[in-house]
Amino acid sequence: MNRVGIIGIAIAAVSAAALPFFLKPFGIYLISMWVVLTIAAIGLNLTLGYAGQVSLAQGAFVGIGAYSVALLTQAGWPYPAAFICAGLLCFGIGWILGYPALRVQHHYLAFVTLAFTTLVFLVLRNEEWLTHGIYGINGIVRPTLFGWSTNGARAYYFFSLGTLTVLAAGTWWMLRSPWGRAFIALRENPIRALSLGLDTRRYTLMAFAIGSMLGGLSGALYAPLVQFIEPNSFTLGLSFNLLLMVIVGGSGKFFGPFLGALIAVLLPEWMRITEGYYLIIYAALIMVMMAFCPYGVLGMLERALKAVGVRRDPPAPALQAEGTGL
Amino acid sequence: MSAVLEVSNLRKSFGGITAVDNVSFDVREGEILGIIGPNGSGKSTLFNCVLGQLTPSAGEVRLDGKVTTGMRPCDLNRLGVSRTFQLLQVFPQLSVRDNLILAGQEHKGSMYSRLIGRADAGLGEAADKMIEFFRLSHLAGEQAGALSYGQQKLLDAAMAFMAGPRFVLLDEPAGGVNLTMLGLLRERLQAYHAERKATFVVIEHQMEFVMALCTRVLVLAEGRLIAEGAPADIRRNTAVIEAYLGREMANA
Amino acid sequence: MASFIQLLVSGLATGAIYALIAVGFTLLWQTSQTINFAQGEFVMLPAFFILAAMNLGAPFWLAALIGIAVSIFILGLIFKIVIVDPMLRHGVLPLVISTIALSLFLKEVAKDFYSSQAQPFPALVPSTDIHVFGAVVSTQSLAVLAVAIAAVVALHLLLNKTRLGRCMQATAQNPTLARILGIPVRRMVLYTFLINGALVAIASILISPIYLAKFTNGETLGMAAFLAAIIGGFNQVRGAILGGIILGILDNLSAAYISSQYRGAFPLLILVGVILLRPQGLLGRIEERTV
Repeated sequence: MNRVGIIGIAIAAVSAAALPFFLKPFGIYLISMWVVLTIAAIGLNLTLGYAGQVSLAQGAFVGIGAYSVALLTQAGWPYPAAFICAGLLCFGIGWILGYPALRVQHHYLAFVTLAFTTLVFLVLRNEEWLTHGIYGINGIVRPTLFGWSTNGARAYYFFSLGTLTVLAAGTWWMLRSPWGRAFIALRENPIRALSLGLDTRRYTLMAFAIGSMLGGLSGALYAPLVQFIEPNSFTLGLSFNLLLMVIVGGSGKFFGPFLGALIAVLLPEWMRITEGYYLIIYAALIMVMMAFCPYGVLGMLERALKAVGVRRDPPAPALQAEGTGL
Repeated sequence: MSAVLEVSNLRKSFGGITAVDNVSFDVREGEILGIIGPNGSGKSTLFNCVLGQLTPSAGEVRLDGKVTTGMRPCDLNRLGVSRTFQLLQVFPQLSVRDNLILAGQEHKGSMYSRLIGRADAGLGEAADKMIEFFRLSHLAGEQAGALSYGQQKLLDAAMAFMAGPRFVLLDEPAGGVNLTMLGLLRERLQAYHAERKATFVVIEHQMEFVMALCTRVLVLAEGRLIAEGAPADIRRNTAVIEAYLGREMANA
Repeated sequence: MASFIQLLVSGLATGAIYALIAVGFTLLWQTSQTINFAQGEFVMLPAFFILAAMNLGAPFWLAALIGIAVSIFILGLIFKIVIVDPMLRHGVLPLVISTIALSLFLKEVAKDFYSSQAQPFPALVPSTDIHVFGAVVSTQSLAVLAVAIAAVVALHLLLNKTRLGRCMQATAQNPTLARILGIPVRRMVLYTFLINGALVAIASILISPIYLAKFTNGETLGMAAFLAAIIGGFNQVRGAILGGIILGILDNLSAAYISSQYRGAFPLLILVGVILLRPQGLLGRIEERTV
């Protein structure tokens, strides 16, 4: 990572820690939502940006995580246990879902996840005995950890931020390891990867399962944030939103989800001036972006920086001396 | 010399077209076998069937006596089989060094041990040695996509050798490479072959390359094996000349 | 028994409509690797074109023709030139994302620029019931069936009995080879987009009387298209037809015999089953990738 990047991250980190002291409760709520959705976006970035698979189920996993935590804590479970349970459950479901779908080529996973999201919504809505159906689950309590209550807006923000930091660090570690290299190989050249002994199926499945797990953990933080959940929050719309977050931020880039989630959370606020039309404008912008720069905002920044950089350094002599092979 | 690879009655059809028609041959341990033939003779299809990229319509492939027909390429690779590709297949966004580490990492420990182990899977030194072996030391940190065509070809071969395979299939390694680079490539291939006592199979168009490198040559035309023997004999073989150049030239 | 026949006929009618949508979807995928996630919205939209034309005073039959023409132009030609062509340079994934965004875009456009309320849509024939073998069958179902079958047969004749159609099939199966044989591949691909534009418009005319013209129609119809295409076999037009019909019949049967709350779940479970047991679909071929 270059110096500019490190400075940028440092500034962002300081801002993130300082912001809640300058914002009103609604502002703190917004940045808390940003933190929570970033976790889901990081997960989806793994599936889409690294393993190259379109998943339309991330919204459903957020829902499963949210409902798991809500139901378990209301049944008396301590929050940390419910949190871990939500994660493991979503990992397992992701594995089971992905296993058959990824045996086939093309974008079968996209359709399977599309169907899955609809099925999850139906279950959440219909199984009233479990989920309270359309009435939703009310009064979700924010956890008290080691005597520290996260009930206040600021407290819960820092709790979520801390969780995001831990999860992001874990993901960073994974991407630095041979697994990260394998994921990039998967994305760039799966045929070559196969011939080098890389089990592409296994790695893709793993990326999808971990991505789904992060979606579930995001939901586990979402439920106590909003304190009231209902099936309508976890439809295809949320999955689309998360997908767009990853794309707009820069798919396959580590900080893409952070940026994409920020844009997505703030966008409706900015677009109040356009009244109801912001969705149309958002969708149109996505299409334009896909046509001209499918690499997202971070991708555009990278290209801009690279263009400036190339003009400064002449190409290395070793590269020039090599005659043209073709 | 025992047979490392046995191909029996291999056939591959795509709808009405039979690309490989009842081909059988052995590859003996330690040899460098060349496979030549005019365009469309089925060489690449044959390769892909042997290597698991395609499933044969009929026939059998055995590696060291074990049936491997239709095995996935990644599983074959773990048995010590490696390949290069006709159309360049490096990972452009990774550095040269990372490309090589990637090429070897799947052979080091289990998938899960690699998650908690070192970032380079313990292959840093081996990668550096391989970079030196292929004379790419000045490019170790460069992005693979920034290399010239010839350099990428060398990297491609280096990646194929990274896991120390004893059986390597090279798909048109000389294609599009200039003369200087070609000499270096051939010399490096021979060096690896001598050092590791590996077995090579080479598909090539360039006659000089094949004749200089291979100990035995097979000729394919229209999906069928039409000749087999030492390079010098193949050169004079009428059937071969006919397949390449047409009947008039053969009888001239 | 009587109600079974009723369900079967209406199921066939719905199935025929699904088949039309699925066929267009499959054609686009085959010829240009375009996975059109907006296919459902493509079926939702022409109804609004027609309603708008009628609001301007055109009689239904004229409005319908205008709707089909506009659909071919916008959802066929413009879609290809403005969205698909620039996108394909970057690969399939950006195109998939774009069509997802497009589906959202079209939905919002219909909601904001026409109406968020469901609009009644004129039927092809006045709805009367006739009695067949003791079962009550609506003429509407029969009319839908007739039109859909006619469209499918016409398409089949086009693809298999005309030179143009065979060129299109060649393009779908092997574009490189087709190009070598002198087939104008780009024009063939364009034709598939135009045909899809026509098919979705016809499907729209057939289904809107039943579903009413609603901006949310695209979600269910799109899902039906994907399910039908996968069940039938992604790479076969015949498969899409079979898939659509099976889906339509199952849909209607499940509505009658399974709780209405989980009605939407049945086709999804079939999808999961197909992907588990026979991923290439009922009629599909297993595709291989060569290096």
